[in-house]
Amino acid sequence: MNRSLRPLAATAIIFALAYAAAIWQFPGLWSTRVLGNFLTDNAFLGIAAVGMTFVILSGGIDLSVGAVIGFTTVLVATLIMWGGLHPLVAFAIALGVAAAFGAAMGAAIHYLKVPSFIVTLAGMFLARGGASVLSPDSIGIKHAFFTTVSKTYILFPGGGRLTVIGGVMLLVFLFGIVLAHRTRFGSCVYALGGSETSAALMGVPVARTTILIYTLSSTLAGLAGIVFSLYTSAGYSLSAVGVELDAIAAVVIGGTLLTGGYGFVAGTLIGVMLQGLVQTYIVFDGTLSSWWTKIVIGALLFMFILLQRVVFSATAPRRKVTWKA
Amino acid sequence: METDSATAVLQARGIVKIFGQHRALDTVDFDLRTGEVHALLGENGAGKSTLIKILTGAYQPDGGEVLLQGTPVSFRDPLQAQGYGIGTVYQEVNLLPNRSVAENLFLGHQPTRWGLIRRREIDERAAALLATYGLEIDVRAELSEYSVAVQQIVAIARAVELSGKVLVLDEPTASLDRNEVDRLFEVVERLKSRGLGIIFITHFLDQVFRLSDRVTILRNGRKIGTQPLAQVSTTDVVRMMLGKDVAFDHHPTGLSGAERGIPRVTFKGMGKAGRVAPFDLTLHEGEVVGVAGLLGSGRTEMARLMFGVDAADQGSVEINGRAVAVKTPAQAVAAGFGFCPEDRKLDGIFGDLSVRENIIIALQAKLGWFRALNRDEQIELAGRYAEALDIRAANHDMPVKLLSGGNQQKVILARWLAIDPSVLILDEPTRGIDVGAHAEIVRTINRLREEGLALLVISSELDEVVAYSNRVVVMRDREMVAELTGDDVAPDVIVRAIADHPTRQEPSA
Amino acid sequence: MNTRPPVFPSPATPPPIARPAGWASVLLRPQFMALLAVLAVNWVLFPGFFNITWQDGRLFGSLIDVLNRGAPVAILAIGMTAVIATKGVDLSVGAVMAIAGAAAAVMVTSGVPAWLAVSVALAAGLVCGLWNGVLVTFFDIQPIIATLVLMVAGRGLAQLITEGSIVTFSDPFLIFIGTGSVLGLPTPIVLATLLMVIAALIVRRTALGLLIEAVGVNRSAARFAGISARTLLLLVYSFAGFCAALSGLIVAGDIRGADANNAGLWLELDAILAVVIGGTSLLGGRFSIPMSVLGAVIIQAMNTGILISGFSPEFNLVVKSGVIILILVLQSPYAARLVQRKSAAPTSKGRQP
Repeated sequence: MNRSLRPLAATAIIFALAYAAAIWQFPGLWSTRVLGNFLTDNAFLGIAAVGMTFVILSGGIDLSVGAVIGFTTVLVATLIMWGGLHPLVAFAIALGVAAAFGAAMGAAIHYLKVPSFIVTLAGMFLARGGASVLSPDSIGIKHAFFTTVSKTYILFPGGGRLTVIGGVMLLVFLFGIVLAHRTRFGSCVYALGGSETSAALMGVPVARTTILIYTLSSTLAGLAGIVFSLYTSAGYSLSAVGVELDAIAAVVIGGTLLTGGYGFVAGTLIGVMLQGLVQTYIVFDGTLSSWWTKIVIGALLFMFILLQRVVFSATAPRRKVTWKA
Repeated sequence: METDSATAVLQARGIVKIFGQHRALDTVDFDLRTGEVHALLGENGAGKSTLIKILTGAYQPDGGEVLLQGTPVSFRDPLQAQGYGIGTVYQEVNLLPNRSVAENLFLGHQPTRWGLIRRREIDERAAALLATYGLEIDVRAELSEYSVAVQQIVAIARAVELSGKVLVLDEPTASLDRNEVDRLFEVVERLKSRGLGIIFITHFLDQVFRLSDRVTILRNGRKIGTQPLAQVSTTDVVRMMLGKDVAFDHHPTGLSGAERGIPRVTFKGMGKAGRVAPFDLTLHEGEVVGVAGLLGSGRTEMARLMFGVDAADQGSVEINGRAVAVKTPAQAVAAGFGFCPEDRKLDGIFGDLSVRENIIIALQAKLGWFRALNRDEQIELAGRYAEALDIRAANHDMPVKLLSGGNQQKVILARWLAIDPSVLILDEPTRGIDVGAHAEIVRTINRLREEGLALLVISSELDEVVAYSNRVVVMRDREMVAELTGDDVAPDVIVRAIADHPTRQEPSA
Repeated sequence: MNTRPPVFPSPATPPPIARPAGWASVLLRPQFMALLAVLAVNWVLFPGFFNITWQDGRLFGSLIDVLNRGAPVAILAIGMTAVIATKGVDLSVGAVMAIAGAAAAVMVTSGVPAWLAVSVALAAGLVCGLWNGVLVTFFDIQPIIATLVLMVAGRGLAQLITEGSIVTFSDPFLIFIGTGSVLGLPTPIVLATLLMVIAALIVRRTALGLLIEAVGVNRSAARFAGISARTLLLLVYSFAGFCAALSGLIVAGDIRGADANNAGLWLELDAILAVVIGGTSLLGGRFSIPMSVLGAVIIQAMNTGILISGFSPEFNLVVKSGVIILILVLQSPYAARLVQRKSAAPTSKGRQP
């Protein structure tokens, strides 16, 4: 089996086993209702995690996504409630601001030659601070559009609902999968994660790709913020604190190598679902407390880091070669 | 010259390249014809890689010009050179280990439809392309799952596909086995017959003779000569590589007959699979043992085993008759060894630390955390050794990275003298340093011998080895092949020992 | 100790040495200038800024407050400095603060003597640091990734200890650590100063500082020189864990309770920033513990300035990001080239024959 598929297979198996075990204990978990809630409740995390997947694939890290989500919720709320704009206009502006923000971070990482974690750390401070400057308090969003969106869903047999935001997440994953695996941009991202020197020698536009990667990550974080504002009908500067860590964990648990170069966008979806499963299980159980989520996620993260260490540091299996005389 | 340019696909005229104060290339001419394999030979620091980097656009020359099919060209970067038809394959394959073979062949040129890559078409074309190189593999598998030989051929295929006039092969065979080398050579022969000009850089002389039509030899940034290989012997080539007038410059030093002291350290059957074949060697008090051999002969690997940088998988070390474990450099230092490594910048100096700290660091590491040398002791030590070795620094608190290469080398030497060593291993101590520092280091080696140290000195400067060695051991193909004593410590004997290849008859002796 | 070499009889000539940097040049460093500038701005905003009064047997005043509030980050920065000097980073210190605070709080509320609770909390910090160190040295995982594990899981562990609630306590010793005073100075200031002095003395009086710098500057050369980096790295990460635990105790003592969710939140980033402002490069090598503490004080002085000027405390974040961007631009290769060109121009002219 392809080496990079192994952590992904491990994730898929762990998810299937964990889900089966959870269903065995709580048969109520096996319903389209629970599955639908999975998608809705984790939509913002999933969307942000797609962007994070590209960043990590390229060998970087983006600590600003949680803050960008928070900033976007506040921006959307202020534009709608104070600016009187239509939500769709507000969304477009918010996405534009997020994209520009990401482009600036990408440019700083490339041209200033500083580690991505420092630049995106500054980005995190800036976005959180900016959100608080806009409004330190939570702003409730009341708009007909929001009500309509929250009432729109596709009903599954069994009472499950695919909400708009759940659907948006699935579309983003589809978009991410195509982008990563079927476009030149995707190839360039993997190339950067494999070896920046080789990539440059092979003609990969390093500066443009780096800037685009962080633009994509911030734009998707912005979209996640929009989804979050739809989910909570509010804008708050301290919303989604720590989501960057959840997103990183989802990406790594989904089989992407933290040092870059190997991984799949689809794996991130399983990573997100696994986190959702842990949370849902804890809710169903009732006796376990919410902090177990963090501990389990941390343990999974540790397990996968070790697993990757083993899979990728072992000497690669040599494939059979047929030489023609 | 005029007739040359008619057939030459790539030509360099009077190339000069200067780094700081150092002339890496001094008016070097070079020409490559279509349909030939042209070997480029020289020791480390001879200027091979600098010349290649200029020809492929990685460096800009400070003088002279590069002509492609008779037209002067100037490349911004290797990518542009590739566009002009010059492709390069490096020893460290510069491809993407994490991507599929097909993607490595077509990255940046993938055929797309509506912005989506046509993967099936890429896979088919990749398989067809590699088939013309005699390679049938699953092109969808990751590149890193294949051996280096396959990776080399993929790299060659990409380079030829994208350039197609000139192919530069930089040490392509360094990590291949015999069978893989044969396969690679078949590919090169095929490309040659297609009319490509191929520059072949290697340190395996037998491969040069097997594959190449002509050879150009560089030494110390100057071109020594270009010869058709049909007209020269291995010995001639080694002589051109190693010494200016090796055969005529021999003056016995009288050292070879000097009396040895008592044995200081004995290496018995020491070796490591794939790196160095087991060897025996005893170093005596007041003795310098020179190590001769070409690049890649296992000379550096031997020194690394002795110092515990790489752990030997067999053999033992005895110091003054007692067996000691030398599995790490720390143990080696504790046993009284010192080692000046070949790559000063990477393994030797602490660039940001001061001259003083660089001198006392090994002694401090030996003393441990809690027996810190105080400032006065440091100043005294640094001052004493800086004076003894004539280290030229404005002051001893300046970062060592600001010193010249020769002074940096003396700092590392001082570092080891400060631990009061009984055995000192020097790997290419005089490479890439100015004449004054060079003389100082040779003088120091002689003085240390008189002080009673046991020294092992690796050098590609034969004159120099002969001048200070009591004995010389010769390395070839990762094996110790000769130990020369007495009158045999002479450049021509060493050259013959290096060049002597069991499968090759020498036309002249 | 026998440093007399048998080779080369010692020449008695005095070696050329540069004069050790005097106090004047230390005070002229940009960090001091920055601190003075920030303090001056604070003084303009709030004329009583430099007033210090004596009340109820202790000192009061904005300046004292800056130092007091800055102490937790300063203590974190002391540990972080050593880690960064080895070319590493520790992202888990905020979570370790929460763990230590939680451990101490839960123990004193269940009747364990305070000295024992404090010892256990500090030991927990050491263990957390050791865990990071083991991942970095024995599993050879990059520091940022290795410490991420504890950053994610650590808060969960802290909540596990407190069972999710904010554990309040009234133990006088813990409260003394957070809000008490020694000889008129708030305890956090005293603790931070003591730790700074002890740590600086240890690294400079023993060979530790030099060996840490050597490993950070060039790990390969360190190996060739016979330095065993592993023990050093374990020590350095454990020390960072210890510092985090101490800092966590102060924060818990200050609010008389352990808040597993918010104690030390994002302080790892402040600590890294303090170290960078203090002049230690993220690429490892030369470090100075007192300068990192100064960096922490600068950060706190800015925080205080923003508070007294009436901006919301979150405005801090914007200013901090501005500071990071400024430092990054100043340290970038472009800036270095610019400076080089300027300083090289006259000397090269002088050397021309």
